[in-house]
Amino acid sequence: MQAAIPPGPEEVRSRGLPPLWALGALCFLIAAVLVGLTVGPTHISPWMIARSAFAHLFGLRSPLSQQDDAIVWQIRAPAVALGGLVGMMLAVAGASYQGTFRNPLADPYLLGVSEGAGAGATIVIAFFPAAAGTELLPLAAFIGGLVAVALAYLLGNSVARTGGAGALILAGVTIAAFMTAIQTFLQQRQSDTLQQVYAWILGGLSGATWHAVLLVLPWIAISATVLIAHRRILDVLSVGEEEAGSLGVDVRRARVLIVVAATVGTSAAVAVSGLIGFVGIIVPHTIRLLVSSSYRAIVPLSLLVGAGFLILTNVLAETVLSPETLPIGVVTAFFGAPFFAIVLRRTRWVGL
Amino acid sequence: MITIHARHKRRAQALLAAAVALLTTLAGVHVAAGAPRTARRPARASSNGVPLPADPTRIVSLSGSSTQDLFADGAGKQVVAVDEYSTYPKNAPRTKLSGFDPNVEAIAKYKPDLVVISDNVDNLEQHLAALHIAVLVEPAPPTFNGIYPQLLALGQATGHAAQAAAAVTGMKREVASLVASVKQEKPPLTVYDELDQTYYSVSSETFIGQVFTMLGLKNIADAAAKGTTYPQLSSEYIVASNPDLIVLSDTLCCGQSYKTVAARPGWSTIAAVKNHDVLTVNDTIASQWGPLFVDFFKQVAGAVRKIEHR
Repeated sequence: MQAAIPPGPEEVRSRGLPPLWALGALCFLIAAVLVGLTVGPTHISPWMIARSAFAHLFGLRSPLSQQDDAIVWQIRAPAVALGGLVGMMLAVAGASYQGTFRNPLADPYLLGVSEGAGAGATIVIAFFPAAAGTELLPLAAFIGGLVAVALAYLLGNSVARTGGAGALILAGVTIAAFMTAIQTFLQQRQSDTLQQVYAWILGGLSGATWHAVLLVLPWIAISATVLIAHRRILDVLSVGEEEAGSLGVDVRRARVLIVVAATVGTSAAVAVSGLIGFVGIIVPHTIRLLVSSSYRAIVPLSLLVGAGFLILTNVLAETVLSPETLPIGVVTAFFGAPFFAIVLRRTRWVGL
Repeated sequence: MITIHARHKRRAQALLAAAVALLTTLAGVHVAAGAPRTARRPARASSNGVPLPADPTRIVSLSGSSTQDLFADGAGKQVVAVDEYSTYPKNAPRTKLSGFDPNVEAIAKYKPDLVVISDNVDNLEQHLAALHIAVLVEPAPPTFNGIYPQLLALGQATGHAAQAAAAVTGMKREVASLVASVKQEKPPLTVYDELDQTYYSVSSETFIGQVFTMLGLKNIADAAAKGTTYPQLSSEYIVASNPDLIVLSDTLCCGQSYKTVAARPGWSTIAAVKNHDVLTVNDTIASQWGPLFVDFFKQVAGAVRKIEHR
């Protein structure tokens, strides 16, 4: 699918992580963090926010009023941190799935994470309503996501012993449908849970707390690290299963590791923020189209850009109709889709 | 599916619309949104063209608000079945029937001569017309005073016009004395009414929001109500608005309480939280436009007096 001409030295070098793009992506993330901290429905001067950050770092008295201080450091800052973690996770997991399944439509929810998490959350809301406000809810969603993908993997593996991508995707679709059936059935039986279930699915970042940030940080950090460490393997996998095998890569083992890492991270993200669509597809593809088709560039850049993208999206969700808010998934798709359409038109599509 | 109460339903519809927008980008999930609301008809005509029976004896009510109205009018004995969310009065003949996801055959099994609904979901009116069953649609009124005509209309339709008029007079008298019981301070006290823990609220353009207006309160959701009467606010906006009174209408649905509200990040700086002016109300009573809604009015007035007398 690649160009017919053999890669020259230029081509080979460009397959790594271009330093200028890395710097640009890092600047984008930093800018997003600053925007996330300074822009919101309330006007608080950026200079005062900077001074209060300084004051907090050195244990001084914050120059902001008690209320503004709470808005910046207890409402905006955790949303920025959680948005960054979730955005980076979804983008990196999306990139990894696209590479390992060689499928441009693969997103982090491909193997049923979201449906499993939805079923887990619905079970808690329906049967343990008292626990719906506690940590049991994200925990059940997390476990639901893991269980769904584990079932999909077992099913896919029992069909194709080599761990073929096609069988695994079909198994994922099957398990996802089953999980959706469980969730819909429970909602139908106990209709007063519907509202809570949708509130969870659309959760977004509006309820972000430092506690939630700490809850998911270890899972996402480990998962993202594993996926970044596999960026070269993803490059090899992208040439095809047989070819990768002949190059000495244990395809099955690599795929298990990548799927496990992406699943654990995505489940953690879904557990605290509900379903946020489009990030896992749009961010890796934008980088693929603009920068390089090598996963050595796509994976680390997805991490930075995904984090920045979701932070900015959340700012838009909270301010576009301010003081009314929009579900973040609507904003990611509403602003993400036209942007991606432009990128798609302006560049040359290269198969995965 | 979902709940009965108008605002729950509206909120659910808003959630559903958003969910559909989101989920269609993720997977092929289809959720049916509620049918559009039908206009009010004159009291003596049915909503679906089937003539109203002169003296209905087998009434099915699929709306919690109308169930309250029918019993307050003295037509309780004529009611043979009410939906699963008709919580009040306690002795109403509750069944598994649903007004949100109505099953025409299940309704017809009760051989009703009149069916009262709040929304014409899934063309229920037309389906019941085919079975020659008269339907009255009594939707959520846009104003507080819109509660009274429904009480009167259902009284007339069931042969209890006098008792309905008496019930209305009693309600109006109680409301007037509650309005007179507060000082209506200048500048006005501010209020935030919470419908669920994702900060859905009500504007003053609803029968619920009008309670706050009538008591001289300023509703922080009004600034956000652009084209919607049930806006979703942000945590930051609520904290920055610093309301004097928080009304929690999500105690039953979502388990919210003073404790959960005070624990939210940044919320401990809100005046209402600092002063313990967080009013917990019964979600069902606070969302049904029946005679019990006066209880909600009374609770809010009590909370306002408590703040004014401090």
